[in-house]
Amino acid sequence: MSAAITEPTLPGASGPPTQSKPAAFAGGFLRAIGNALLVPLLAVFTAFVIGGLVIWVTTGDLLKVVGPQGAFVGLWQGALGSPQNIADTLITSTPYIFAGLAVALAFKCGLFNIGAEGQLAVGAVCAAFVGYVLPDVPFPFHLLLALAAGLFGGLVWGAIPGILKAYTGAHEVIITIMLNYIALSLVQYLLGGPLKDHSPGNVSARTPLIAPGAELPTLFAGTPWEIHYGVPLALLAAVLVWFFFARTTWGFEIKTVGANPNAARYAGMSVAKNTVLAMALSGLLAGAAGAVEVLGVTHRHELGFGSGYGFDSIAIALLGRTNPFGVVVAALLFGGLKSGATQMQFNTQISGSIISVVQGLVLLFVAADVIIRWVYRLRVKSDRTTLTLGAAALLAEESAGGEPVGEAPGAAGLGSDDDAKGGSNSDPDRGTRL
Amino acid sequence: MTLCGVPIELLIATLLATTLRVATPLTLGAIGGLFCERSGVVNIAIEGLMITGAFAGYVGGIWSGNIWIGLLVAFVSAGLMSALHALLSISFKVDQIISGTVVNILAFGITGFLYDQYFSQHAPTGGGVPILGIPFLEDIPVFGRLFQQQPVVWIALILVAVTHFMLFYTRWGLRTRAVGEHPRAADTVGVNVYLVRYINVIVGGAIAGLGGAYLIVEVSTFSPGMTIGRGFIALAALIFGKWTPLGAWGAALLFGFTQALQINIQQCGVDFPAQIIGMLPYVVTIVVLAGAVGRAIPPAAIGVPYEK
Repeated sequence: MSAAITEPTLPGASGPPTQSKPAAFAGGFLRAIGNALLVPLLAVFTAFVIGGLVIWVTTGDLLKVVGPQGAFVGLWQGALGSPQNIADTLITSTPYIFAGLAVALAFKCGLFNIGAEGQLAVGAVCAAFVGYVLPDVPFPFHLLLALAAGLFGGLVWGAIPGILKAYTGAHEVIITIMLNYIALSLVQYLLGGPLKDHSPGNVSARTPLIAPGAELPTLFAGTPWEIHYGVPLALLAAVLVWFFFARTTWGFEIKTVGANPNAARYAGMSVAKNTVLAMALSGLLAGAAGAVEVLGVTHRHELGFGSGYGFDSIAIALLGRTNPFGVVVAALLFGGLKSGATQMQFNTQISGSIISVVQGLVLLFVAADVIIRWVYRLRVKSDRTTLTLGAAALLAEESAGGEPVGEAPGAAGLGSDDDAKGGSNSDPDRGTRL
Repeated sequence: MTLCGVPIELLIATLLATTLRVATPLTLGAIGGLFCERSGVVNIAIEGLMITGAFAGYVGGIWSGNIWIGLLVAFVSAGLMSALHALLSISFKVDQIISGTVVNILAFGITGFLYDQYFSQHAPTGGGVPILGIPFLEDIPVFGRLFQQQPVVWIALILVAVTHFMLFYTRWGLRTRAVGEHPRAADTVGVNVYLVRYINVIVGGAIAGLGGAYLIVEVSTFSPGMTIGRGFIALAALIFGKWTPLGAWGAALLFGFTQALQINIQQCGVDFPAQIIGMLPYVVTIVVLAGAVGRAIPPAAIGVPYEK
């Protein structure tokens, strides 16, 4: 049935002249949304089915999958079963939203930020440090300082690969992977050494608790819906990222460089500047993920937090098709899976790692949408734009003699087509530059 | 002369022996990555392939009671996992970095899940593996311990030599390099680009899996996520070694040395943050990639799916 929606000859398609313009527009719009959502939805659905099959095969008990005490019910209960569970899901999703936005932002510039994990860790440790070290700063100011420190830490950690890429051509994927491990070692060292919590009896590597003035306040305190302010902040960040790309010159330039570095250069844009800017902003968002988690949930930085966010955020950015609001939805899915996994494990004694399998499958099916199109006999053309990266081509270009970024001939950015149109009339400076 | 109560020559010998030992999984991972990347397919999945190999080696070794069968199972399983990377990146033309990410997430998910389901209550440990000493050399006083190692250590060394020879002196090597540098030209003269890439990615993945299995040989038990980034250090070694077998091996030894230093410093009780030394491989890789110390030039066609 889903295939019918996308059948090009169906009435309601934007083409036929018999329709009035608004109706045609609305039809085309809905169809576009349907097209954009169809593959991710089917990907998620298929991943769940396979996850269920895996549980069935390994436990030999179908009731463990679909029974009233089964995995799916447990997952649902844990994720959305009660107001408290919903609040939990929202809180768990918050770092995913920030980190997913971070990866998506870099994608728009044709850059692959695998370093969200490191940037997140640096952001978390910076926020925690400022959070506990300053004496007696009153509430909103201490919080703002700690938050700013977290953002700045992430920004710096993200800017390093940006600068190296822009001025030496070093590939950001490798650099960000290396920086992840450097961040890991650095944080390990800091938490076990200079920033260690020296309260009596503590042996674990963690910072002291942050001051009450640096904690993120809570919404709906006292009710089961209690969440911290990081949740609305994450949603605000999504709106800001959308606004940044749809309505600002900086966003437009980054998108253009991502779509076609050569065209961007001929239009007078600095590929190097935009590469650095995109990576720095990406790092800032990842840093926010860490800072908000520290200031809102854990109130200190502890070793072990943040592992896995790097790869998960890539999956989230791709699942959300690098659209900020898509990222929010994908992050909610991942957050729900994560917070639901505990209940599922409790109900069924099935390992929570099945969630990683499902997440991996989701990414697999979103990336290789050919499989989904084949399984469900979809006739829609493959939406390659979302999933081809300039990254690969840029790597190849390095070998062409170490020219800095942007010479890649086939560098297709990750922005989808609507983005390319979105900002074209929003930049009054354009004419003078051209 | 002694250092922390140990004669210095014994300390050096121990350090070198540890280096050779911890460099082995890195060497195997890097050689596996080399197969893949030389044919033009980026491999950030080495980490995932290693954990696959580690788990498969564990299961195979436990069930058969024979570590060689365990290694074989690891080789085959990691090869199969790598076949997914090949299928996605070569046939479906998925971005190779995304494809590698998929393999990483799936490998950690599947091994973690299966371990929790079947072994978390009762995780048997395998018997030890006989140390294989090199005749005569192992009898050298003090430094003889360098030549008493697990068989896999010697396998890794042999593989380095064989890969070097094959890559530069055989028809397969020429084809691999051609496909990695200029697939169109290779195709024009009749080389099957897809086939060469498939074989290389699968065999490379299998070798990386052997690197993971080595971890099992060493500690005789599996724990989820036990590779803790060795796959990425292997990738770093491959890059630092400029995509050549001997270079990658040298880099693996260097990175292994920093790890050995870390281990020995901790055992020695020296008050120096071991994590700072642990950063060295990554810092060195960044410095090299940034062009400060010799330039690392990847195969020209790496990362680009070949369209016929």
